[in-house]
Amino acid sequence: MGKIKCALIGSGNIGTDLMYKLLRSEVLEPVWMVGIDPESEGLALARDKGLKTTADGVAGLLPHVKADGIRIAFDATSAYVHRENSDALTALGVKVIDLTPAAIGPYCVPPVNLAEHLAANEPNVNMVTCGGQATIPMVYAVSRVQPVAYAEIVATVSSRSAGPGTRKNIDEFTRTTAGAVASVGGAREGKAIIVLNPAEPPLIMRDTIHCLTDETPDEAAITRSVNEMVAEVQRYVPGYRLVNGPVFDGKRVSVYLEVAGLGDYLPRYAGNLDIMTAAACRTAEALAGGMLKLDTL
Amino acid sequence: MNLTGKKITVHDMTLRDGMHPKRHQISLTQMVDIARGLDAAGVPLIEVTHGDGLGGASVNYGFPAHSDEEYISAVVGTVKQARVSALLLPGIGTVDHLKMAHELGVATIRVATHCTEADVSEQHIGMARKLGMDTVGFLMMAHMNTPEGLARQAKLMEGYGANCIYITDSAGYMLPEDVTARIRAVREVLSDSTEIGFHGHHNLAMGVANSLAALEEGATRIDAAAAGLGAGAGNTPLEVFIAVCQRMGIETGVDVFKISDVAEDLVVPIMDFPIRIDRDALTLGFAGVYGSFLLFAKRAEAKYGIPARELLLELGRRGMVGGQEDMIEDTALTLARERGLR
Repeated sequence: MGKIKCALIGSGNIGTDLMYKLLRSEVLEPVWMVGIDPESEGLALARDKGLKTTADGVAGLLPHVKADGIRIAFDATSAYVHRENSDALTALGVKVIDLTPAAIGPYCVPPVNLAEHLAANEPNVNMVTCGGQATIPMVYAVSRVQPVAYAEIVATVSSRSAGPGTRKNIDEFTRTTAGAVASVGGAREGKAIIVLNPAEPPLIMRDTIHCLTDETPDEAAITRSVNEMVAEVQRYVPGYRLVNGPVFDGKRVSVYLEVAGLGDYLPRYAGNLDIMTAAACRTAEALAGGMLKLDTL
Repeated sequence: MNLTGKKITVHDMTLRDGMHPKRHQISLTQMVDIARGLDAAGVPLIEVTHGDGLGGASVNYGFPAHSDEEYISAVVGTVKQARVSALLLPGIGTVDHLKMAHELGVATIRVATHCTEADVSEQHIGMARKLGMDTVGFLMMAHMNTPEGLARQAKLMEGYGANCIYITDSAGYMLPEDVTARIRAVREVLSDSTEIGFHGHHNLAMGVANSLAALEEGATRIDAAAAGLGAGAGNTPLEVFIAVCQRMGIETGVDVFKISDVAEDLVVPIMDFPIRIDRDALTLGFAGVYGSFLLFAKRAEAKYGIPARELLLELGRRGMVGGQEDMIEDTALTLARERGLR
């Protein structure tokens, strides 16, 4: 059976790591990588792997979309150009998965709401933030058991894994993640904190999730729900690990996680970047399943 | 050391760093009373709000008795000559908090990053400068970077628009020679019009000595807290520092007796415990661990049976930085499990 053909927009760390994940997929086939710098390492690696490449941005891809049968595109460029990229692609019937902070489409956290987005046939979905992908499944694991008044997440990433885009606009991370912790995670109020740690060797991404429940937490039900959700995320991020918890202290429920990446293109400690590309890949596989009439959920 | 005639700005920490040992529970009345006393004693600059700065209200750092807005409004409405400042840690607070503080009358904003991560402060420093605020870049845990590395980070913050750069000894780890080397390196690369400040902690009893070392290398702003009320073994004790300055002919504009009365009559009575170099605070300074971890480690000791000192040493060994309070309970749980305590 044929695979669903994909284009990668952006030839940086994220786009390149995603390419390796797509190359392993049973239902997806990366056929184009789009960059803006002909000398970029990502484009060179893509050519090595047999992908077609252009350094002329999305404009360089558009004439080939129909002929090459592109059905899904991943945008790993920047929020500033995402809308233009997305509009041009969706006009040609291509589904767009947005890994930028632009968030013009609904937030997608696969184990929480992917099925909902598939049913709604969304033309564009947004992958929130790295901290959001790592923590929102845990907030949801508590909120599906009982009402959560407030959820707060602390994401600690190694300094080496935080690129210039994140650093220039760190408020975007805190605002977007806090919003999605509430709207997708199911807490009435959300807060997000990010810490950069320069330790060497670099530390593996750590995430802490604190939920305050309305009533006394049901310890057995929440523990079961959290463990099931960890297993669900491990299906696409094998290095997603519950280090401690859930800890119960009055109405506080705390979960302590570590997120190691697969080390495809990015180093293993950069679980924060890996969970973004893995979640995007998972989303695309589910979309492809629908296109191929397979049940890949 | 001859610093006679040197004019400096002392910056009070009692109502911000002092929130750490108070678990962020200082009441509005207490805050107003202390601010009035500091103002009358001649303290020119007073920092307020949550110990972890604007937006610090959280499970991770503790929920304060009142909101940032309430604390700022109360103190701004109280002081006659002093200006009010606020701290902002990018990653915790955002430019929205900064704008709110500005609108409520905060004159000085201090944008704080770990000493190697200055480039996360660009949007906040830029906004503060655009709003016409006295804009300070605050490099925390400065013992974890070399003098040359700090100079590069300071230069970045200056480039974003900061008119003052702080070398911040968040762990109370530095000795005077460490301060001298760092302030000298930073002074060398910054423009003459950019001020330099020093923020000390007293975990090795070096608060006053380190502040003097900073002044000698060209710093003109010094942080201190009445009766030392601050994280760990506290900040540089303000009344002691003022007395030393007066003896040395350094001009602070602060009255020695009035400020010692504020410390004795207003600040010591609100302490939940004596601010002193107990074995855990000593460990912070000895091992170079972030000061506000202290009470979290003591609480984890009580709950999980791992001595706070061991927790702090382990956190230091793992290179934990400011803001990682979540790792204290996590580390306690892991050690307790390894030792068969849970």
